[in-house]
Amino acid sequence: MYDFSKMTGAIHDWLSSIMPDLGVIITEWVIIGLIFLAFFALLGLVLVYAERRIAGFFQFRLGPNRVGPFGMFQTVADTVKLLLKELVGTDRADKFLYNLAPFFLIIAALMAMAAIPYGLGLTAYNVNIGLFFMMAISSIGVIGILLAGWASNNKYSMIGALRSGAVIISYELSLGLSSVLAMILLAGTLNMNEIVMSQQAGWWLFRGHIPAIIAFIVFIITGTAETNRVPFDLTEAESELGAGFHAEYSGIKFAFFFLAEFVNMFIISAIAVTVFLGGWLPIHIPYWEGFNNIMDYIPGPIWFMIKTSGVIFLLMWFRWTFPRLRIDQILTLEWKYLLPISLINLILMAFIVMMGWVF
Amino acid sequence: MTTTEIDNKTGLVTQEYKINMGPQHPAAHGVLRLVLTLDGEIIEKVDPDLGYIHRGIEKMTERDTYKQIVHLTDRLDYLSSHINNEAVCLAVENALEIEVPDRVKVIRTIIAELTRLASHQLWWGVMGMDIGALTTFMYAFRDRELINDIMEETCGTRLTMNYNKPGGLMFDIHPNFQKRVKEFIKHFKVSLPEYNTLLSGNVIFKKRLQGIGYMSKEDAIAYGVSGPSARGSNISCDVRKIHPYSAYDRVDFNEILMEGGDSYDRYMVRMKEMEESMKIIEQLVDNIPEGDFETKTAAVLKLPKGEYYQKVESARGEFGVFIVSDGKKSPYRMKFRSPGFANLSILDKISRGHKIADLVAIMSSLDFVIPDIDR
Amino acid sequence: MNAVINYFSEIIGGFKTLLQGMGITGKHFFRAHKEIITQQYPDNRDTLTFEDRYRAQVYMEHDENNEHRCDACQTCEIACPNGSIEIIFDRVVDPETGKKKKVLDKHIYHLGMCTLCNLCVLACPTEAIKMSHEFETAVYDRSELTKALNKPGSKLKES
Repeated sequence: MYDFSKMTGAIHDWLSSIMPDLGVIITEWVIIGLIFLAFFALLGLVLVYAERRIAGFFQFRLGPNRVGPFGMFQTVADTVKLLLKELVGTDRADKFLYNLAPFFLIIAALMAMAAIPYGLGLTAYNVNIGLFFMMAISSIGVIGILLAGWASNNKYSMIGALRSGAVIISYELSLGLSSVLAMILLAGTLNMNEIVMSQQAGWWLFRGHIPAIIAFIVFIITGTAETNRVPFDLTEAESELGAGFHAEYSGIKFAFFFLAEFVNMFIISAIAVTVFLGGWLPIHIPYWEGFNNIMDYIPGPIWFMIKTSGVIFLLMWFRWTFPRLRIDQILTLEWKYLLPISLINLILMAFIVMMGWVF
Repeated sequence: MTTTEIDNKTGLVTQEYKINMGPQHPAAHGVLRLVLTLDGEIIEKVDPDLGYIHRGIEKMTERDTYKQIVHLTDRLDYLSSHINNEAVCLAVENALEIEVPDRVKVIRTIIAELTRLASHQLWWGVMGMDIGALTTFMYAFRDRELINDIMEETCGTRLTMNYNKPGGLMFDIHPNFQKRVKEFIKHFKVSLPEYNTLLSGNVIFKKRLQGIGYMSKEDAIAYGVSGPSARGSNISCDVRKIHPYSAYDRVDFNEILMEGGDSYDRYMVRMKEMEESMKIIEQLVDNIPEGDFETKTAAVLKLPKGEYYQKVESARGEFGVFIVSDGKKSPYRMKFRSPGFANLSILDKISRGHKIADLVAIMSSLDFVIPDIDR
Repeated sequence: MNAVINYFSEIIGGFKTLLQGMGITGKHFFRAHKEIITQQYPDNRDTLTFEDRYRAQVYMEHDENNEHRCDACQTCEIACPNGSIEIIFDRVVDPETGKKKKVLDKHIYHLGMCTLCNLCVLACPTEAIKMSHEFETAVYDRSELTKALNKPGSKLKES
């Protein structure tokens, strides 16, 4: 496994040799910031294209296929269109909050991306409470949604925002408290890189017995709810509320919401991959030495991306299959089913870890 | 007008929350405006406001001859256009005592059932979409396209066919008609179970519909609800059974009745009706009698003075045509009893106390076509 | 105890139906390359086929000598429910019989008002007008929707 910290370390040493410490820190911040902004934009473009293409195949359509080979530049063209569009808003909107709202979502998504381990030594913000940090940051996004709904001065937006508030705050419980906590018990650490390294003997999904599988299912369900996707997309519920909280946004402000939704999906998938599916570690099958050696040659970031796209595809599959739940049913699902199950699951997991039954 | 309430204990002022659902709204499937009075998410009152697609078709009939009127009825309930055409033609034929050949009756019945299937398929796709399952729409359109192709081949257009005329049909069926209908039936027998697995059995879908929008038998009768919506409340009202017209008296099919009266029962009635429609088509498609496809009529038909009524079972319910003739070449007054209008009237009653999302489900389960409500 | 069993059987049953639904969509996803139903419309213009009876707009048949069969009898104008056909004709004295005869000057067709009901085509006694497959009827100006169906300089075919 190539350690990317060697490369970053070399860059750091070189920078230190030519400028003072403060300059090094600022330069590194700027470089990392630019890399993440570029990655963020690229991710948005690719995910939107993938979603539309996959949706097409689910529905006997081709999806975007006009701009560029296989329509790959469709999302680029859309982005240019959104950038050039006139920004139309409601007359009596609370202008300050109205303009602020998209940034909450986009910044929350951007910050959460910093703590994801993309490969060995390839984490921008390697903090000892990494997982906790990501959970905390990703729930800031709901403030943006609430602000957007309130400030647009539109009744539909308002309903959508309030629904979103109710859903995200409740699902935060099962997501953070129970399903991820159960896995933290197994891994014994909150640091994202250490969680990955602790899975070298095998993914937690398989090593954690049934509680880990239950935690994974609960995580996927709550993760879908956190990102406001079908079957939990009642925030924007197009057949009920038009577009929900972002009904009054246009142009690039709308693009921010749109982008944030897709990047949030990536973040949730990245957490799922890191915690349950071994992060950037290659697939190893016991007793298949030759196979395992070949797999080792594939770099970590590629493994990470492959696994993440797998989880993203699962989320897209949900979206293009299931009907939408009603607000009270979503809350019933959380409080009466997911939360009790995941709490019991947590106790079971604690028992398993205590007895040392993890293999 | 907004009513304001002041809580005595806390002094908090609460207002009714009114929102306009439509005229441009994704769930209205057209230009229907509903003024909703809400208490949070809960609906307190639904006030339909019509008139956004009023074209004055009933008045237009008064200037047209009876042969010309037929094509206007395509534009009422455009999803069961053939059935509407048939109603006018039957009314005129009965008034003039024209005996149409057997072949015409059978072909009319087959095409009417194909129309019903196409209409129910579209409804199914849109129902899924209203509930949030976006893929159902394309599944439904995949199968509906085959029916539209058959229509294009035999009738000339895909949606507003205008295939009937008083006294018979516009053309004879296309030579490929029987073959293609059989191919379609074979294809759809595979697709329909897919529909059921994808949506009818889905736990989320069931939870969204079961117990929502309960319509009691008495209410349904009082509001004049007809068609599949009424049969979901266990009212036997199938015109095809009670007053058979065309070739319905010679085919064997069941009238689907459901006990529950909620949205899921109305949904299931339509799903099962598709099977019955296929049964009817299968019985008739191989037994189209030889003969003429029209009876020669006068160039301009003049109905004798009097009043005539003919009802048929369209895809949404009982479609009636009432003609008052004063002996001239155009009717003195013509009235269409459209099923959608009566079905809409019960919307307020059955959706009170439910949530906004339920209103969309209820509207879907009643299967509105707005130009049918608003003529 | 029953309540607990119901609670869990409900969850498992629910999951089963969800997975069945995913099975259906997944099956079609992986066969998508064979099952595409949409048409790549402007690309397949050359290969588009229509059924014979397909109705897109009314046209008047002209033969190679620029002759049509319309004798300006106005039957189609009367049959049209929307007034989309107007026939402008001259009365010309026939030199042989000395009787006055209608001769078509212009067969005006308002496509914008036409509902493609086919009544004019059925009514035409000489089969002069027919339904064409020219379905691309979009124009930049509404006035372009009104057109004369008989070509300039055309005359009645002698039968």
